[in-house]
Amino acid sequence: MNKLVTTIKEAVELSGLKNGMTVSFHHHLRNGDYVLNMVMEEIARLGIKDLTVNASSLFDVHLPLIEHIKNGVVTNVSADYISGGLGRHFSCGVMENPVSFRTHGGRPSDIISGKTPIDVAFIAAPSCDPMGNCSGKYGKSACGSLGYAMVDAMHAKKVVVITDNLVKYPLADWSISETNVDYVVSVEEIGDPKGIVSGTTKITRDPVGLVMASMAAKTIEASGLLKDGFSFQTGAGGASLAAAKFLKEIMLEKNIRGSFGLGGITGYMVDMLNAGCFEKLLDVQCFDLSAVESIKNNPNHMEISAQHYASPTAKSAVVDSLDVVILGATEIDTDFNVNVHTDSNGYIMGGSGGHSDTAAGAKLSMIIAPMFRARLPIITDRVNCISTPGKDIDVLVTQGGIAVNPKNSELKERLVLSGLPVISIEELKEKTERITGKPEKIKKGDRVVAEVVGRNGEILDEIYSVC
Amino acid sequence: MLRSLLFLPGNNPNMLINAGTLGADAVIFDLEDAVSPDEKDAARILVRNTMKYMNLEACEVIVRINSVDTSFWMEDINALLPYKPLVFLLPKTNCKDDVLKVCGYLSECEKKLEAEEGTAFVMPLIETAQGVENAFDIASCSKRIKALFLGAEDLTADLGSKRTKDGREIEYARSRLVVAARAAGVDVFDTPFTDVNDDEGILDDALLAKNLGFSGKASISPRHVSAINRVFSPSSEEIEYAYEVMMAIKEAKEQGKGAIALRGKMIDAPIVQRAEKTIAMAKALGIRGDENE
Amino acid sequence: MDIIKSATAGTMESSDAYVEIEPGNGKNEISVESVVWMQFGEKIRTAVEEVLNELEVENAKVRVVDRGALECVIRARVETAVLRGKGEK
Repeated sequence: MNKLVTTIKEAVELSGLKNGMTVSFHHHLRNGDYVLNMVMEEIARLGIKDLTVNASSLFDVHLPLIEHIKNGVVTNVSADYISGGLGRHFSCGVMENPVSFRTHGGRPSDIISGKTPIDVAFIAAPSCDPMGNCSGKYGKSACGSLGYAMVDAMHAKKVVVITDNLVKYPLADWSISETNVDYVVSVEEIGDPKGIVSGTTKITRDPVGLVMASMAAKTIEASGLLKDGFSFQTGAGGASLAAAKFLKEIMLEKNIRGSFGLGGITGYMVDMLNAGCFEKLLDVQCFDLSAVESIKNNPNHMEISAQHYASPTAKSAVVDSLDVVILGATEIDTDFNVNVHTDSNGYIMGGSGGHSDTAAGAKLSMIIAPMFRARLPIITDRVNCISTPGKDIDVLVTQGGIAVNPKNSELKERLVLSGLPVISIEELKEKTERITGKPEKIKKGDRVVAEVVGRNGEILDEIYSVC
Repeated sequence: MLRSLLFLPGNNPNMLINAGTLGADAVIFDLEDAVSPDEKDAARILVRNTMKYMNLEACEVIVRINSVDTSFWMEDINALLPYKPLVFLLPKTNCKDDVLKVCGYLSECEKKLEAEEGTAFVMPLIETAQGVENAFDIASCSKRIKALFLGAEDLTADLGSKRTKDGREIEYARSRLVVAARAAGVDVFDTPFTDVNDDEGILDDALLAKNLGFSGKASISPRHVSAINRVFSPSSEEIEYAYEVMMAIKEAKEQGKGAIALRGKMIDAPIVQRAEKTIAMAKALGIRGDENE
Repeated sequence: MDIIKSATAGTMESSDAYVEIEPGNGKNEISVESVVWMQFGEKIRTAVEEVLNELEVENAKVRVVDRGALECVIRARVETAVLRGKGEK
């Protein structure tokens, strides 16, 4: 049996891809990814039209996709996250059909249930053998975990693996096994290592970020959840990482041994694992070289699929066992609804990713954000887009005080008792507006350019055009 | 109570507008070294507007004006006196005449503003060999003086010594300033620790300053503020001991005893004074002390 | 106050504003660019007008490039530019 084909074109032809079908991509190569563009270019050349692109995330490196949309090659896009440069085009209405935003847990759930079936999955693999056993841990384009690609590989009708490091059969330490793979293509390069993982992820030097991070760590300490067996996820944003650093100091000082760290994993979480703050890391995506090295060498640093990470329809997912998650926000409203999809002018520049999955699962969901960015207050009467519903958010930490969701009165009591600066979200909003002035509401366009699908399939909100 | 004093460059809006949220007991808006000569006007107006429009209740505001040997210092005072900074920090104070010159001008301005005379305060920054030698003279020359402030960077340049992390070269100046300030009955603040990336070094340096008798310490980095606050706050052991001392004194009085001992040590007047001070500090900082108060 | 020469104040750094001023053609002309134009454009223009009025500037061209500065910063930068443009005493 020979799965090896010489070109992407051949693989596309063999896969039987036709007008109106769905292709899928994963984003472990992040802004260094070459594969989506290479594949879409071949598809366009073959004259195939009217495709749905289902990608776990899209980055600015995928800007050529916009041409394929304009030419009718792509008519639908589904993603969990779309970065700003690309998002601007969608906000300006480049595509007739609205983008369908899902969460990192909702996406695999809908793929598995058949709600959003995939015809052909294209998997960028930093190492692969001729039969399709592949891994992200080895090779010049190593990205660590392949967690988001696993579900695509298992449930797509056809699976094409594209690699720049074809190794002898069998690749022992595979993440995706040959049993799922139809074709393997070897190419010169699948990505730019500089865009795939950063050398080191640095914590913020911004003084306000550090103040917030310190308050965030103290909030976790005061919450009562920081004890042996503690589990934790944090984003890769500067203040979130700094919070992890302060948390690590507290855990080491009090000799607290947590059970696991979850998520997109950075070197800071690896440091916490190595320092004994956690027994395990559960990793759906690596953010830096240190995480890639660790997942390769440390058996306690384990790869998990997106389904295992966050699916709401799995019998259980790791987020269901999570104690604390630290998340960001571009806006939060007085009902604690959070926007991570659009910027303050209404342009698409993000997406839920694992935001609402972890917020729903964790015992303590914390938003960390400055009172204002530039002159724009973070707290609004109503967010421009509901990415994560307020019922799933417990607390907002800013440099001007800590606002606890009234639904969690026990947390509020604990924070007050610990002497932390607790303030109501309405007061915090007023306090901020005394500094910034009250902003005028932005005007929405008249077209829906994206819909936000909540993790349980409900439509949470619609995003309107800007231009 | 001032434990941490954080320098913020006077012409940097991003730092100024966050002054109240950085955790420092006081911020020092710097119009001197942090501002180039051709931006002195801009910084003065920016600092004035920050004090005029921003709510800075969360911290005290100190302004470092330009030194008396420049053409800027009077304008600095004119612009900022109406917004009542806690004190004016006076750089390169060499002798009491330098201070008296400023104090005289403050009196004139207070008259013009119809403010009560003597309500503006100053803090001489001692950063020259002459200044160190004249420390007590300076500290005691006016009622406007709230504290002395040691500036080690300029001082070591003046001395021709190398500024080092362990600070041996400023041991004498530190001790001399503490003695002079305490003799004059004013506070005294220590020089910043300048390696902003050294989180351990700041703790050691602050602890050294506290043990020498400094009231608090300055910083050029917000990252050092929490370490300074921690070192200059009474520890829970200190607070507990202070309450024990007060209890023992109370019991002794009730039983009509004269001298008493606690933990094998005689309690005398200085120990009681220190305990009272510790408890007052703990209360001012909102640190919960022993429950048996 | 007469503006007799062109002058600038402020920077293009985030949270700051850059202000250019020059003698006008008979009245004040104000132009504002801002990263928060949709939310604060009118408030910024009003603040600039107020500073000019307070300083009795009646004939100047003022261009403000706002990088998300708070109002007190914008006011400071406009005032600095005015005082720099009024020339020698």
